[in-house]
Amino acid sequence: MTPEIKGFLLLSVVKLLTVFTVVMVGVALLTLMERKVSAWMQNRFGPNRVGYGGLLQPAADGLKNLVKEETLPAHANKGLFLLAPALSFIPALMLTAVIPFAAPLPVTFDLTLPLLGRFIHTGPMPMVVADLPVGFLFILAISSLGVYGIALAGWSSNSKYSLLGGLRASAQMVSYEVPLGMSIVPVLLLSGNVTFSAVIADQQTGLWYVLPLFFSFFIFLVAGFAETNRLPFDMPEAESELIAGYHTEYSGMKFSMFFIAEYANIVTVCAVTVTLFFGGWDIPFTAWDQTPGLAQTLLTGAFLFLKILFFIFVVMWVRWTLPRFRFDQLMSLGWKFMLPVALGYVMLTGAALWGIEDVAGVTNPKLRGAILFVLNLALGYLVFFVVDRGYIVTGAGSAGRRGAAGLGGTR
Amino acid sequence: MAIGVKVLKRPERDVSYVRATLKGMALTFKHMFRPKQTMQYPEQKSTEEWRLSPRWRGTHRMMTDEQGRSKCVACGLCPQICPANCIKLVPGEDENGHRYPLIYEIDEFRCVFCGYCQEVCPEEAIHVGVHYENAEYQRGRFVYDLERLQAQTHPVSTLWDPSDPRGE
Repeated sequence: MTPEIKGFLLLSVVKLLTVFTVVMVGVALLTLMERKVSAWMQNRFGPNRVGYGGLLQPAADGLKNLVKEETLPAHANKGLFLLAPALSFIPALMLTAVIPFAAPLPVTFDLTLPLLGRFIHTGPMPMVVADLPVGFLFILAISSLGVYGIALAGWSSNSKYSLLGGLRASAQMVSYEVPLGMSIVPVLLLSGNVTFSAVIADQQTGLWYVLPLFFSFFIFLVAGFAETNRLPFDMPEAESELIAGYHTEYSGMKFSMFFIAEYANIVTVCAVTVTLFFGGWDIPFTAWDQTPGLAQTLLTGAFLFLKILFFIFVVMWVRWTLPRFRFDQLMSLGWKFMLPVALGYVMLTGAALWGIEDVAGVTNPKLRGAILFVLNLALGYLVFFVVDRGYIVTGAGSAGRRGAAGLGGTR
Repeated sequence: MAIGVKVLKRPERDVSYVRATLKGMALTFKHMFRPKQTMQYPEQKSTEEWRLSPRWRGTHRMMTDEQGRSKCVACGLCPQICPANCIKLVPGEDENGHRYPLIYEIDEFRCVFCGYCQEVCPEEAIHVGVHYENAEYQRGRFVYDLERLQAQTHPVSTLWDPSDPRGE
């Protein structure tokens, strides 16, 4: 190995450990945040006994789950039963590897370690564990693996509730992956590149994609809720119907693994949302953060953290506001509304971009974004004030009455 | 649609699902800044709005006279009236002819906290207390003997509202 490759590996290991630690600690604290937010929204205090303001509650919960008895249902498929938590946990963690979490940091060193030899690194270091050229295609590919863990957990538990939860999870996640994938196609159209770093760079020169591609963002967020099995789409768990769905039979640390996987998935969905639609680590209204430097790296990292935290809060906010969907409503929303809208939006964005770039000849990214934004405003008025009044997007009860005329699904 | 499902006619024309969702989210957000309703229990045991009623019937307390002896004269009315049969009384008599309880035990697990013992007591000796913190590490500790009943200091129940004795 050349010293350059060894330097690259060394930095990668450091970044890997940092991201892993931050995500794991963050996930632990998110369980506390969830309980706090839910408490505040219900005029309660939430956990406040362990540590200052309940800060050590996750540690207490973790300790409790570690020492709890692990039960194994009779006739459960032992191998798969033990494998399933890991299968849902690992993809959730893998996804955080491709999110750029700060501005590139210029790192230059030339050091020799005993036994390991010489390490060299020069130039800016991208602050991402793996700057994959496949970009968000990796996210789509790996996030699909999460469904295996849940389906296997449901099947191997040998329990009716678990099996139903697993089935629901598979159907739901497979269905919502389609609009999720379709909703990022306009991002690809606009940026012309799938790598996250290129998407962020394009948003820095132009507008944040939430403005020119608002509907992509909307569909992505809603499909993201469904992909992470969060309310209002938490059909796989649905405690009022299925006890706890796929993790009914799990106890102790294995149950915790599902919990950690769920929160890690939330972190990932929020991070991808922020990266694709809210400029990633970009600080708005300033070009100062685009030149590499330590202060820029730290500040942009903090800014990304705040953005992700806000979206995690939104996820929790929605969870404690909306009731659960009925399963057929969920399916009709996914297939009959979100998929056509996502597809239509792809076509519309494509046509608009062709009109803007090839016919009108606008090349300024800011102007291009602004024109698309105006288009989205008109479309938003059309969808939220005209269409979304029972004309096309109808309640589930009336969908049958209207027959094929309604696009179905409640919103 | 499954057979027999009743489809309700809901207003559709004036309803926007997205705006209804946003409205709900605004409401929950406002709730985050409302005053908290939780009472911080071990530190705070009563508030202006909520306190134990003076008629609350909790675990018992035996009243004592000036010499610190129990007021009980071992007449046997309380074990007689007790519907749960939770009072054990063995009467004794001293050299002056005064009756007193040799053994007076109340099994608080059997007790149904009806308050009849307090109501029937001619000497106002046994009382049900305005008290609810009774946790113990052993089941046996829930049989309160005379010494323990006398050692209690919590306020006792009035059984009825003094300003409205007939419950009118």
